[in-house]
Amino acid sequence: MVRKTHVATTINGEPVEFLCEARQSLLEVLRETLGLTGSKEGCNNGNCGACTVLLDGQPVDSCLVLAVEVEGAQITTIEGLSKDSRLHPIQQCFLEDAALQCGICTPGFIMSAKALLDRDPNPSEHAIRFQLAGNLCRCTGYDKIIRAVQDSAKRMAGQNK
Amino acid sequence: MTPKSERKKYKVIGTRPIRHDGADKVTGRAVYGADLRLAGIVHGKILRSPHAHAKVKSIDTSAAEKHPGVLAVVTRADMPNLKNKIADLGEGSVNLAHLGANVLAHDKVLYKGHAVAALAAVNPHVAEEALKLIKVDYEVLPSVTWVMDAMQDDAPLLHNDVFTKSMGKRASKPSNVPTHIHFEKGNIEEGFQAADVIVEREFKTASVHQGYIEPHVSTALWNQDGHVTVWTSTQGAFTARAQTAELLQIPVSQVTVVPCEIGGGFGGKIAVYLEPVAALLSRKCGRPVKMVMTREDVFEGTGPTPGSFMRVKLGATKDGKLVAGEAWLAYDAGAFPGGVIGPGAMCVFSCYELPHAKVDGYDVLDNKPKTQAYRAPGATQAAFACETVIDELAEKLKIDPLEFRLKNAAKEGTRRVDGPVYPRVGLVETLEAAKNSPHWKSKLEGKHRGRGIASGYWFNIGLKSSVAANVNNDGTVSLIEGSTDIGGTRTSIAMQFAETLGITAEAVHPRVGDTDSVGYTDVTGGSRTTFATGLAAHEVALDIQRQMRERAAILWECEASQVQVEDGAYCHKDKKLTFAELAGQLGHTGGPVVGRATVSPEGASNGFGTHLVDVEVDPDTAKVTILRYTAIQDAGRAIHPSYVEGQMQGGAVQGIGWALNEEYVYSDQGRMENASYLDYRMPTALDVPAIETIIVEVPNPAHPYGVRGVGETPIVAPPAAIANAIYAATGVRMTELPMSPPRLWAAMSTGKKS
Repeated sequence: MVRKTHVATTINGEPVEFLCEARQSLLEVLRETLGLTGSKEGCNNGNCGACTVLLDGQPVDSCLVLAVEVEGAQITTIEGLSKDSRLHPIQQCFLEDAALQCGICTPGFIMSAKALLDRDPNPSEHAIRFQLAGNLCRCTGYDKIIRAVQDSAKRMAGQNK
Repeated sequence: MTPKSERKKYKVIGTRPIRHDGADKVTGRAVYGADLRLAGIVHGKILRSPHAHAKVKSIDTSAAEKHPGVLAVVTRADMPNLKNKIADLGEGSVNLAHLGANVLAHDKVLYKGHAVAALAAVNPHVAEEALKLIKVDYEVLPSVTWVMDAMQDDAPLLHNDVFTKSMGKRASKPSNVPTHIHFEKGNIEEGFQAADVIVEREFKTASVHQGYIEPHVSTALWNQDGHVTVWTSTQGAFTARAQTAELLQIPVSQVTVVPCEIGGGFGGKIAVYLEPVAALLSRKCGRPVKMVMTREDVFEGTGPTPGSFMRVKLGATKDGKLVAGEAWLAYDAGAFPGGVIGPGAMCVFSCYELPHAKVDGYDVLDNKPKTQAYRAPGATQAAFACETVIDELAEKLKIDPLEFRLKNAAKEGTRRVDGPVYPRVGLVETLEAAKNSPHWKSKLEGKHRGRGIASGYWFNIGLKSSVAANVNNDGTVSLIEGSTDIGGTRTSIAMQFAETLGITAEAVHPRVGDTDSVGYTDVTGGSRTTFATGLAAHEVALDIQRQMRERAAILWECEASQVQVEDGAYCHKDKKLTFAELAGQLGHTGGPVVGRATVSPEGASNGFGTHLVDVEVDPDTAKVTILRYTAIQDAGRAIHPSYVEGQMQGGAVQGIGWALNEEYVYSDQGRMENASYLDYRMPTALDVPAIETIIVEVPNPAHPYGVRGVGETPIVAPPAAIANAIYAATGVRMTELPMSPPRLWAAMSTGKKS
């Protein structure tokens, strides 16, 4: 039996403790140990972005982060985005703009978009495409995803006034 | 374009409601195959062949079986011995012996990545480690991965029991060519004699993968009572059930398939890979076994779509009329017979009125994974060849390429080379929409830039669909359908149901049923779901309406025939009840109302598209940048226009990837050298511009709302449109896919100009 390490961290604002093996990725622990299956595995080597979460505010491929590294960190996953039974504006815009088809890449795109809009509330189309280039979508051709992020920026600006 | 008067006819169709499964999918709550959690679940992994072609002399699993974390091991010895029985899977049929040998190799491995053995262990890491304990003794054989090499007489032979079938005759000697297809129309010699200009070119395309982001995943439980339940990511639950039952040689009644949410398929999630293996492992260990492929497994063990060699010759008179066309197509099938040469041969000249035509098509075995359908399977390769030759012919005739297409476009009454005569179709309308589009009217300026155009075709099939509906007493309706939802079909089906019944889309609660909860339904594929399952939803709404009229008649003590339905409300003389009001009274008028419908529409209908693209080619690196892109398509009737646009945009970008980047790169030993998303480079958001869309609506006469399938057509035109744009930019005719920088640079450097 491999000896496990104790990790204390914060996920979606709640303190969480877990035991993990040194080889386990953050993605594996989120999904298999903690039951947070909203972060998806498409490649398990950092190429598709379906597992994107925010680690201390930065978007990361959670398949490339070892679970033992998140001691003391603040993690936000797709499950932590909607507040008080209301969807986050990015989630709402993805729905209104039909920015998903199969939906497997959607949580990763939403998390990457959130990281961008937190940093740059009014990004250009090029800035959006650049930020989202680490997330693969095979269904939509990206067009409606870009529109949804543009609309999210407008809606979030309206809410912050 | 739909006339305004027609648009007004509908209350739900043509609107853009939020999809019913939307909230689950943007919050991460939707349960995809890998998200399934069951008590006592264990994890299976597959050992795959490191060789492209080898005899499997022996498999020793004893060390793996002794590993304390391993619960079960299976090999070919655990599979029933299957005869050459053909099973109908709806969209095509399959030889069970071949399917079985693909799922777990028998005497030989036929491609790198071919499954050889599998085991289940307490966790995926232990399973992966334990695979190394399985010892396989291989005798490596020469391999072949290029379709033209595989057709040679001295090529390594994959199967000694495959004989070429051609024109009803079977060859006497085994070969790598299972099938030769031949279509002919008119008199080809006469046709070319009448031509003033003839263009003939040869084309090559590499294998590409469907590229769905969700890897294949299945979980199976062989219960102690003998019943097998499979939770899986599939395009067709009933097809997965049939294949699993046949491969395990148990009755279909002993298998339940529960379709999970599916993370993309594009034709690649119809054949089973993991389902029967997980079931065999579960039978041995008595626990649910989950199997998830790695991305490398997906590239090396599933898909791809065929690589091809094609020769296309077209002739026209000097006034711009096409008179003859000849095509010779060889597509690889991969390790087992039954690739997509059939539709390739049917589609190659499908956009044109050709009085004389001849097509020869060859299905060719080579040491690649068994090829699978990929969005308009076989049509994209063929269109790349045909539409490039059309462009060159237009140039030689000094006719605008759009006008040349308009002059020769297939229309109602055109007979396709393989026989069918088109009913009302919309190719001319897409070309006219292209001509009037802001894109075509805009001027393209700047050096190294060019504009291209191409048309594309795919048919949507009918097949079988079942839908059931339960009326709730608050006036909502639960709709249970057998079609798995890959891209929003819950909503496009619910909208047709709502339109017919006169309720809102939001008042319908669609749900995809498992194989024990809904009637038989064929795969979500062939651009059929919104068309055929939508037709079933329309019919179930009529069934509900009939029953609701009977209930109103009971309340009003009149004949059901005297109850009128106006705008969704039920009326008799001065009495009127809305659907919801009447639904509230079902309890005392005879109890629940349940509707059902099954359909099996005959024949196929036809979807045409035309794409426009502007490119810029970097003269130093030969990198192609897409500057502007417009996809135009006849949708018949767009039920939910946003999702129709989404299909057009998504197909266009897959086509851009196929055109410019994507390919299976093979080593001399037949090994794929780029089996990761990093090296198999699919387009990202930064690689493509906005994809403009124009939906044309020429109603399909075979559907009550005029729906045509829209999913597949959009991938067909892009490679040809881009090749034509590259020619306009550089003067180089590209005849090979992908048109990646190394290939284009080589062509530009050697001045391969026409």
